[in-house]
Amino acid sequence: MTWTGLSALLSHWRRNPLQLFTLVAGLALATALWSGVQAVNAEARASYDAAAATLGEGQYDQLLPRTGDTIPQETFIALRRAGWLVGPVTEGRLGDVRLVGIDPLTAPGGLGPVGGGGEMDLPEFLAQQPVFANAATASKINRLIDAPVVIEPSIAPDTAITDIFVAQRLLDAQGKLSRLIVAPQQPLGRLPLADVAPDLIRRAAQGGSDVGRLTDSFHLNLTAFGLLSFAVGIFIVHGAIGLAFEQRRAMVRTLRALGMPLGRLIALMAAELFVFALIGGLIGVFLGYLVAASLLPDVAATLKGLYGTEVSGTLQLRPSWWLSGIAISVLGTGFAAAGALTSIARMPLLASAQPRAWATARGSRRRIQIAASGALLVTACLLALLADGLVMGFGLLGCLLVGAALALPLLLDAFLRLSQHLAKAVTAQWFWADTRQQLPGLSLALMALLLAMAANIGVSTMVSSFRLTFTGFLDQRLASELYVSTESPEEARALEQFVAPLVTEVLPLLSVEAELAGLPAELYGARIGATYRDNWVFLDEAPEVWDQIANGSAVLVNEQLARRAQIWVGDSLTIAPELSLPIVGVFGDYGNPIGQAIISEPLFATLHPNVRATRFGLRTDTPVALRTALSDEFGLPAQSITDQSQIKAFSLAVFERTFTVTAALNVLTLSVAGFAIFMSLLTLAGMRLPQLAPAWALGLTRRRLGQLELIRAVVLAVLTAVLALPLGLVLAWVLLAIVNVEAFGWRLPMYVFPGDYAVLGLFALVAAILAAAWPARRLARTPPADLLKVFANER
Amino acid sequence: MLLNVKDLKKSYAGAEGSVPVLRGIDMEVAAGDTVALTGESGSGKSTLLHLIGGLDIPDEGSILLDGKDVATMDDAARAAVRRSGVGIIFQQFNLIPSLDVAANIAFQARLAGVYDRKAAGDLAVALGLGAHLSKYPEQLSGGQQQRVAIARALAAKPKLVLADEPTGNLDEATAAEVMDQMLALVGQTGAALVMVTHSPHLAARMQRQLHLQSGLLA
Repeated sequence: MTWTGLSALLSHWRRNPLQLFTLVAGLALATALWSGVQAVNAEARASYDAAAATLGEGQYDQLLPRTGDTIPQETFIALRRAGWLVGPVTEGRLGDVRLVGIDPLTAPGGLGPVGGGGEMDLPEFLAQQPVFANAATASKINRLIDAPVVIEPSIAPDTAITDIFVAQRLLDAQGKLSRLIVAPQQPLGRLPLADVAPDLIRRAAQGGSDVGRLTDSFHLNLTAFGLLSFAVGIFIVHGAIGLAFEQRRAMVRTLRALGMPLGRLIALMAAELFVFALIGGLIGVFLGYLVAASLLPDVAATLKGLYGTEVSGTLQLRPSWWLSGIAISVLGTGFAAAGALTSIARMPLLASAQPRAWATARGSRRRIQIAASGALLVTACLLALLADGLVMGFGLLGCLLVGAALALPLLLDAFLRLSQHLAKAVTAQWFWADTRQQLPGLSLALMALLLAMAANIGVSTMVSSFRLTFTGFLDQRLASELYVSTESPEEARALEQFVAPLVTEVLPLLSVEAELAGLPAELYGARIGATYRDNWVFLDEAPEVWDQIANGSAVLVNEQLARRAQIWVGDSLTIAPELSLPIVGVFGDYGNPIGQAIISEPLFATLHPNVRATRFGLRTDTPVALRTALSDEFGLPAQSITDQSQIKAFSLAVFERTFTVTAALNVLTLSVAGFAIFMSLLTLAGMRLPQLAPAWALGLTRRRLGQLELIRAVVLAVLTAVLALPLGLVLAWVLLAIVNVEAFGWRLPMYVFPGDYAVLGLFALVAAILAAAWPARRLARTPPADLLKVFANER
Repeated sequence: MLLNVKDLKKSYAGAEGSVPVLRGIDMEVAAGDTVALTGESGSGKSTLLHLIGGLDIPDEGSILLDGKDVATMDDAARAAVRRSGVGIIFQQFNLIPSLDVAANIAFQARLAGVYDRKAAGDLAVALGLGAHLSKYPEQLSGGQQQRVAIARALAAKPKLVLADEPTGNLDEATAAEVMDQMLALVGQTGAALVMVTHSPHLAARMQRQLHLQSGLLA
């Protein structure tokens, strides 16, 4: 009996291969978009974790120099003698590759490729003194170094690890350490750090990698996009399953009338869908792999440019990734099919077997839809006004999107009803009435289009706002034409004297790590001049802000510190024991994970007399000549002098890469929505004949009917696009003003980009025309005999 | 007695409360009997047929089919009755559109586990469907589709055939032809036949005629 029932159910797909294709393709596309984005994220995160595992970033406390970039080797020796279990690290760059030198004898267990899970044992390592790198990195550094290179796949991309003495030799940094890693277990009774090494500051372990935290914003956005794309795909699946079930209602009734038990029937249908979900999921994971493989190089370049993090540009097939892709396909199918299966289970055996349009929003169903949509949108408003926390932010997003999607058919129906009422010509009246009749069958595809467009508008608004803000931020923060690094305070002093007559301003970069308002932060000393006064823009400020900072009577804080410590302009901040200053300004500090405060240079010098600036920003009208003069006078290497225009150009290039990723995802999501419309129209085409045949019989040509089908799709797409615009803008606002603030502590200003939206609308129009073209053409060529059959009571 | 119906009552919810359709039906059908159920529209003919076939549940009364009360069976047991105990022929044919003629004929017999390829083939030939076995329902005329439905019902070798206006959708000539074939084949299998019809002419071809009026047998 089971097999007989199954063969009858499956025969439906054999006779309707297009519908089967829609179902599997919808599932595959939904899974592909989701798993593609997840693959990119997983690959990037794996790279951070590899970096953290090999370099101890975030896992262990670290000792860092209060000023400058290096720690003398003597300090390390002094600490060891004082009982501190610390391991030295020296790092620098060899071309594109980050070379990290560790001491395997003192490094905490498991750190690096030696010992722990590594391949090589300690005596071998000490004897051969190799450099470890993954295969791609090894090929880059092989020609640059004389030490043997051992391939170790677990090493982070573009990173090489070796013995500290080898690293110091290769980096020409003998006797210099970059940081010290503090072992978790320390002996009791050791001397305090302040006594042994007062120039060092201890940074606590953060339980995760620093880079992971920095790039979370980027990944959160990608994940949100992946989720929205998946939601769009699930709408397609929901539509396909719904239509398939509707068309099989008669068969289900017959099967039951002939003795197939209801439970067995539901189980068979669920099993059938499970198999389709597996097939769709597998295809989707494969497609997702292709999507991820094509996106990953751009994402890697973006992350490297934005945050300086190394991400492998090639993709690995991780079991967790493809398993989760298939799982999401199965769960999505279950979610999409739950309603249809429930409806089958509740369908009375003697109910009319006539197929009815899917999701007909009439009667009680319509009232439920109105109530659900209203409730979700009201909940979204309440969450926006009252709720705190990231989960609530995502709850708000969910309520907003689902509520708006449910409201779409109701709004479209109201518009079509009005158009029908206003239409004078009989054909126009029929057109609007017929469009209303077709609306339930197209609702899910139009909801998918609404979500796709809103996601595009929302995410592109966010990314574009980010770019605009960041460009302005760069202008503010990189006002100086040249940035110069010196090796020592003496060289710094000489440089200041040398450049004084050549520049309009010298801006020393003075900073110390500090604890402000109970949070880890950085305290900066700024030389207040025209550069700060002319370029800096505040999120909030008191009157005469720069005068107050310049005379040492006030402090500026960045947004992160302000939000985390819940302080704002008018509050006070303790910046040293017994020194509390009023906050006179809060500035945006995008991408910075920790708090920052700025005081005047003289006040900073009073508080931290031992800290000397070794880096400077120089304001000049002749940067090229000044650069040459500095190189000639001080013999500074090229990397010690940075041209501001280069940094800006590089940053903008990074954003172009980001846009490539976003644009690719935009096109993919829109394509999926276009596909949904296409499939819905194609599936509905067969069911439409009884509706169209009377109009044909009464004098409308098949060609005219085909044209009207095309116009219908375009009208519905345009209406949906118009409604998607405000939804997308609200989505962008939620992402920028709520989710971003909750997740990262800073808020991006929102800008609108009407030109971009117009182009997107045009894309949607083209997608609708392409989607409707074939079904319309088929209709225009329908044989008259097929239309006549509608009128035949008996054949 | 193959079928013994006692004091069968059934109401449906209407806009103004419960509407009684069957008010207490008593009837018996012996093996091999052919019975016509006639009556005006709304008199309860189809409802009675649906209750006997296990498609619906009565409010009161019993329906003993081969000694077992269909009225008190759970859903699974009633499904088993529909599979094996009765063969139902609907006015609207209710064929499975995605299965070809051969598969449709075999379908119920397969569900019941009594499929006999040769017997099904003979039935198809007897009903003039031999040349149409690989066609799909949409490719057949109404008369041909009803012949497939008859073949499907008989192929499952039921003891009782229930036919709900089986020729209601057919023209007069085709209806007569289909009726001849159905009666001949039911007679050959020895099954009992209960047929709902509006046609006095068709009713006259049955051994017994029962007339329903306002939910009661007249």
